[in-house]
Formats: sequence, structure tokens, C-alpha cells
Amino acid sequence: MNFLNLIKIAIKAIRSNRFRSFLSMLGIIIGVAAVIIMMAIGQGSKESVRQNISQMGTNIIMIQPGTDMMRGGVRPDPSSMQTLKLEDYNALLESDLQFVSHMSPEVTASGQCIYGANNTSTTVYGESVEYLDIRQLEVTDGEMFTNDDIKKSSKVCVIGKTVATQLFPDGSDPIGKTIRFKSIPFKVVGVLKSKGYNSFGMDQDNLLIAPYTTVMKRIQAQTYFSSINCSALTEEVTDYAIDELTAKLRALHKLKDFAEDDFTIRSQQEMMDTMSSTMDMITIILVVAAAFSLLVAGIGIMNIMLVSVTERTKEIGLRMSVGARGFDISCQFLIESIMISLTGGIIGVLVGYFASILCSTLFMLPTSIPLWAIVVSFIVCTVIGIGFGYFPARKAAMMDPIEAIRYE
Amino acid sequence: MEENRKVVIELQNVKRDFKVGSETVHALRGVSFKIYEGEFVTIMGTSGSGKSTLLNQLGCLDTPTSGEYYLDGTSVREMSKSQRARLRNRKIGFVFQNYNLLAKTTAVENVELPLMYNSSYNASQRREAAIKALEAVGLADRLEHKSNQMSGGQMQRVAIARALVNNPAVILADEATGNLDTRTSFEVLVLFQKLHAEGRTIIFVTHNPEIAQYSSRNIMLRDGKIREDVINNNILSAAEALANLPKPQDD
Repeated sequence: MNFLNLIKIAIKAIRSNRFRSFLSMLGIIIGVAAVIIMMAIGQGSKESVRQNISQMGTNIIMIQPGTDMMRGGVRPDPSSMQTLKLEDYNALLESDLQFVSHMSPEVTASGQCIYGANNTSTTVYGESVEYLDIRQLEVTDGEMFTNDDIKKSSKVCVIGKTVATQLFPDGSDPIGKTIRFKSIPFKVVGVLKSKGYNSFGMDQDNLLIAPYTTVMKRIQAQTYFSSINCSALTEEVTDYAIDELTAKLRALHKLKDFAEDDFTIRSQQEMMDTMSSTMDMITIILVVAAAFSLLVAGIGIMNIMLVSVTERTKEIGLRMSVGARGFDISCQFLIESIMISLTGGIIGVLVGYFASILCSTLFMLPTSIPLWAIVVSFIVCTVIGIGFGYFPARKAAMMDPIEAIRYE
Repeated sequence: MEENRKVVIELQNVKRDFKVGSETVHALRGVSFKIYEGEFVTIMGTSGSGKSTLLNQLGCLDTPTSGEYYLDGTSVREMSKSQRARLRNRKIGFVFQNYNLLAKTTAVENVELPLMYNSSYNASQRREAAIKALEAVGLADRLEHKSNQMSGGQMQRVAIARALVNNPAVILADEATGNLDTRTSFEVLVLFQKLHAEGRTIIFVTHNPEIAQYSSRNIMLRDGKIREDVINNNILSAAEALANLPKPQDD
């Protein structure tokens, strides 16, 4: 008996029990759709996180004080958090670093910002002029403060869009106005182009950028930085830039060969990978949960196939009498179960596809269905069809034609 | 007996035992006979006489415990299940008491069924052979009728067409008129006699002694043994019997 005939017989059997076949398909449809939706959301979030991070610049390198935080400890020595000094920054600026293009030290302070009767709580970032290039920020209105402002520790700042709308709700031009941060007056010289929220739900426009010297001296009264941000020449040379910076800083801090770094250097790339692997983990957990529903669906198919085999005992007996071998009979039922699960799979992929589009339009969730997920779905469905169809098919094939044909 | 005719079926001391619990039931206790090409043999016996067991043997659905069975010259005893399936497919046509047609399936598709398991037929050859078989049983106008749209007599004729379609060495009928009323039974018998006249070999298992009168030979079984094996030299015509039946009142 050839394959095409078997498929015809299977289609006929499925169609003659439409409702029952649909019910057993439903399990597969729901299972596959769930897996597809979970993958779409997982993959979509991962991609949007990557996109967000790379928007900040994939070649960013962050130098932070203290040894690698990952290693923990009860509570780090406060002095270990003060290892990045102004002298380090100046020395790094003067040495000709081959792979580093921009550098900006960072001192931050959080607090209340006031203009007239309006106030907002925000963070001031003490940075150098190069910070704009590192973070790929743009000043749309007004201008960035200058190196001269840094030298003089001028009380000037550029503000983010959120701060602008909070302090100037009437839409008046903030440029040239003097706002107060922790009672210290700052003259607004520019407004940053809006970046919106990042994937962690943080408002990237709620900030003030001021010369680092100003923040160090006039707000924080400290001589060390909370970090130094750099950008590598290109994304590809990030690792060389890290090596270069490490060597330079170790020399500056006069660290012995066996001593651990008293600073930590991380690249955006590294962060992106960490984030991605976290997202992967979440995706895997979601998909595994959804995959269990496929297992249940498979058992459902087996159940229906067993009913179908018993119900068609007489037909099996007849087919055997007119010359069907056990193999032909088992193929017939296997193909039937494969067709049920595969059809369910196809419908499930379609349902999953449209549901994920719905998800992204209704709930603004970023979704993306990887092609391999669809291919894997079909393979899994076929495997389920064979796996759970095997036992019923075998039961059918093992029937004694004499008893089967007399079965009532 | 004319020994120059071709032997289609030969049984040599066939025995078949069944184990029922700790006891052994001897369903066939040594049955030997030959059936020649073109014979119309009725096998009769009461229930428990072993006629079903014998039918299963003849139909290659079962194998003897001892003894030899040759179907068209091939020994069946040593065959595997698959080999017997193939043998049934090529050499035997079954007609069952309750028709055993596939539900919701057209006459042509039902008749095609045995050829579905024969890879030497393609779809168009299969259909052609099925139509020819249906024409032979007088159902040329019912090709696309589904099994639930047909009367008992028509369904049995479809079943006979299905038994003919593979051009078998022997047609095995198991109480083929058992579910039919008298008139329809005779119609079916007429058909069997026609096939007999065309040279087909037919074995008709029944418990109805009347049918023996229309066959060419009658084998009587009792307690797993042959009690009587007689040639019928005075075959009655089923067509005449049909014509003499009282007409149905409401016609």
C-alpha cells in the first residue's frame, strides 16, 4: 500500500470524526500556540533589550571603583569605592590611549530640582563634554557646556526633556533660566533630545548633566568619581581598550603583579550578553512550561487514537482479511495521529503568530518569532504524532483478523 | 472424480486445537479434501461443528495445528502473518454475512479496497477494475452510492464485487445470505450461480441446508470431522426459484 493511499485514508478518517479530531487537535493547537507566543515574547524582549543597550552605544566601557562586585563580601571597605581619583582621569587623558576615543568621569547626585513653584526629583550627572559622544546624546535646544565651564566649575547644566516639562509646564523656553538643584543655582544652557524609557522602565530623560568639576566641588564635595565612562574606537576593539585601560590604571595605582585590580572595567557588550542570557533563561522557563501542555496534548491524542482503534476494530479486521498486513494497519493509524498533531501544529503556529501580533499591538510587548521555533514546532508535532500514535497503532496491528471482523 | 481438473484447495489431515484454560478443544480433528477449479461447494454444519474454524483455515486467517493446507499450490502452514496477508490479497475473495462495507464510503471505493494493498495497481487501474467488478454484479448504476444509501441486497452485491476485484483463486462466502430476506437471498444466490457458471471457484459456508441444492458439491461437517461429501448432480436454478417466489403484496 503506498503512502498517498494511507494519507487519503487518514484524511477520510479524520474528516468522518471531525469534532473528535478537532478536540484532540485543540490540545496541540493550544500547546504550540503557547510555545510560539512565549518564544515570541522572550525573543522580542531580548531583541529590544539588545537594541536599547546598543542605542546607548555598544562600544561603551565603564570603569568602576572597587574590585569585581560579583564576588560579594559582607560590606566593601568604603575606601575601596574611592579608588578612581581626579588624578587617574587626568593621567588617562594625557597618556595616548590607542583604542579609547572618548572619556568622561562621572559623579552623580540625586535630589530635588526647583524652578519657581515647580519641582521634580532627579539626578545630576557630573560629566565631561565628551559624555554626549559616549552616550550618543544630542542637545536639541541651546548648547552643551564647554571645557571652559569645566575648568571654571561653572554652575551650568543641560537638562533632559522630563526635567524641562516638569519645571516648565507652561512650555516656556528653559534656556538661560536658572534652576536650583539642592539649593545650588544652575543656569540651563541646553535641552537634550528625548530618549524615552529604556527596557528596564527607566526614564532616560529625567536627568541633569553638569560639568563634573561643579558636581564634585559644589554638590558632593568629593575628590573621587563614581565611575569613568569611555568609548572604544570601535565595537571590535573593545577588548583591547579594556586591556589598555586596565594596564594603565594598574600602573597609576602602583599595584603589584599579584594584587587584584582595585577597579572594575565592564563593557556594554558584556552587559548586553548578561542581559541576553537572563532573558534566554526566562524564555526557556516559559517555553518549558508551555511544552508541558504539548505533552498533555500528546496524551490526549493517544487517548483518542485508542478509542478510534477500538471503534474501528471491525474495519481493521476487514482490511486485514482483504490483505492488509500489520504494517499497513499500523502505518494507517500512525499517519492519522501524525496528521492530527501536525495539522494542530500548523493551526497552533498560525494562532501563536496572530496572538503575538495582538500582544505587541495591545500590550506594547515587543515580539519576534524566530523561524527555527516554527520549524521545531513542526518537528515536535511529528514526534508527538509518532510517539503517542505508536502504541495505538501497534495495538491495531496486533489484532487477530478473525476476532476483529466478528467484533460488534 | 475428474482428476485432470486443477486443484485449487487441498487439505491433508488438517487439525486445529484451541487451548481454553487448561483444556484443549479439538475444533478440527483431521479434515482432508480437495476442491477443484470451478466448483461451487457448500460447507454445512451446525454451530460447534468446526465450520468457522475450517473457514478461517481456508481463508488463511489461521494456520493448522497439524496437517497441510495448499492454496493454489502453495503451502500455508509455515507462512508468516504478512505472507498470509499477501496471499489473501491475491488469491482469496471474502464475502461476509454482514457485508462489512466501510461506512460513509462509495461502492467503488469499497470495491477498490483489496487493490489498495496491492502495489501493482495504480489509482486509475484500481478504479477501472472496481467498476468492472461492480458491473459484473449488476451495480453499474450505483458506483458512487455510499454504503448507507444502499439496501441489504445491494450492499451484499458490493461485497461480492469486492471479493471479485482481485480475480481470486477462490471466493469464500460466510453465511452470505444470512442477513437477507428470502427474495434477496435468492437474488444473491442467482449471482453466485452466475459466477459459478463463469468458471469461478466458490466455497459457501452456511447452516442453511436449502442452499446446498444450488451448489455443485456439499461437504457436511460434524464435531470437527467430515461426515458427508457429496457431488450434487441435480443443481437447482436459483433464478427459477426466484421467479416462482410469490410476488410481494405491496408491489
